[in-house]
Amino acid sequence: MTAVESMIVPSFDDEVETDRTLAIICSKGSLDMAYPGLILGNAALGEGVNVHLFFTFWGFDMITKGRMEHLVFSPVGNPATHIPAALAPLPGLAKMATHQMQKAMDELEIPPVPEFLDLIKASGAHIWACRLSADMNHLSEDDLWEGVDGIINASDFIEMTDGAQLLFI
Amino acid sequence: MPTTTINGRDVTVDDEGFMTVYDEWDEEIGKSLAAAIGVDMTDEHWKVIRFLREDFKAQGATPTIRRVSTAGGVDTKKLFTLFPKKPAKKMAYIAGLPKPAGCV
Repeated sequence: MTAVESMIVPSFDDEVETDRTLAIICSKGSLDMAYPGLILGNAALGEGVNVHLFFTFWGFDMITKGRMEHLVFSPVGNPATHIPAALAPLPGLAKMATHQMQKAMDELEIPPVPEFLDLIKASGAHIWACRLSADMNHLSEDDLWEGVDGIINASDFIEMTDGAQLLFI
Repeated sequence: MPTTTINGRDVTVDDEGFMTVYDEWDEEIGKSLAAAIGVDMTDEHWKVIRFLREDFKAQGATPTIRRVSTAGGVDTKKLFTLFPKKPAKKMAYIAGLPKPAGCV
């Protein structure tokens, strides 16, 4: 194919057998801190990188059936909202902030957390739940989102992400 | 902007080789672009590529993986099978469109 030989063809690194792995530890359960791990994980998957996510402590809410659809974005203790600290705890403010954030994400075509998890799972992400967090909250696999690959302890996660790049969120 | 020759025709591309002029593309060119990156086009591939072309025309932006699945009706898993490893970029390349700008 001489036509192809003269073309400028982008390199998609197909020939490179990469074992690049990104390990993301999601430790926060607020709506605003749920997104960074999902967005970065999704971006990495789209670049052909192996991705493991480990949900621990408050991050456990992101994969808990009864909680994952009700994550809250609270201005309390969150200076990034630029709301004066004394006003932040006012009744209704967290609800309003959560609603605003959901709306802003929706306008940017960024899906809600449960749908986002579906997306990264379909893209090949490995999803792990923290054993200690499960025990602390008296939760079993039945209480967790069905895309969870398993409940594992911290050592298991460290072992399985040997050599990976790691993000703690 | 550099030009490159595909099927004996001059087309405008960016530095990486992504086509930059919407109307310079046709399915014959799409086929050659696919061959150049090792994608063997089937009806399922064409369904995706045609959606990308139409959606770009309507929206003015290359659809992301999520959009191809929600609006185009081809699920994400399938996209990773059809266009291995880097589906968003590969689809855009074959469809003669810029890389998607959206994060998700």
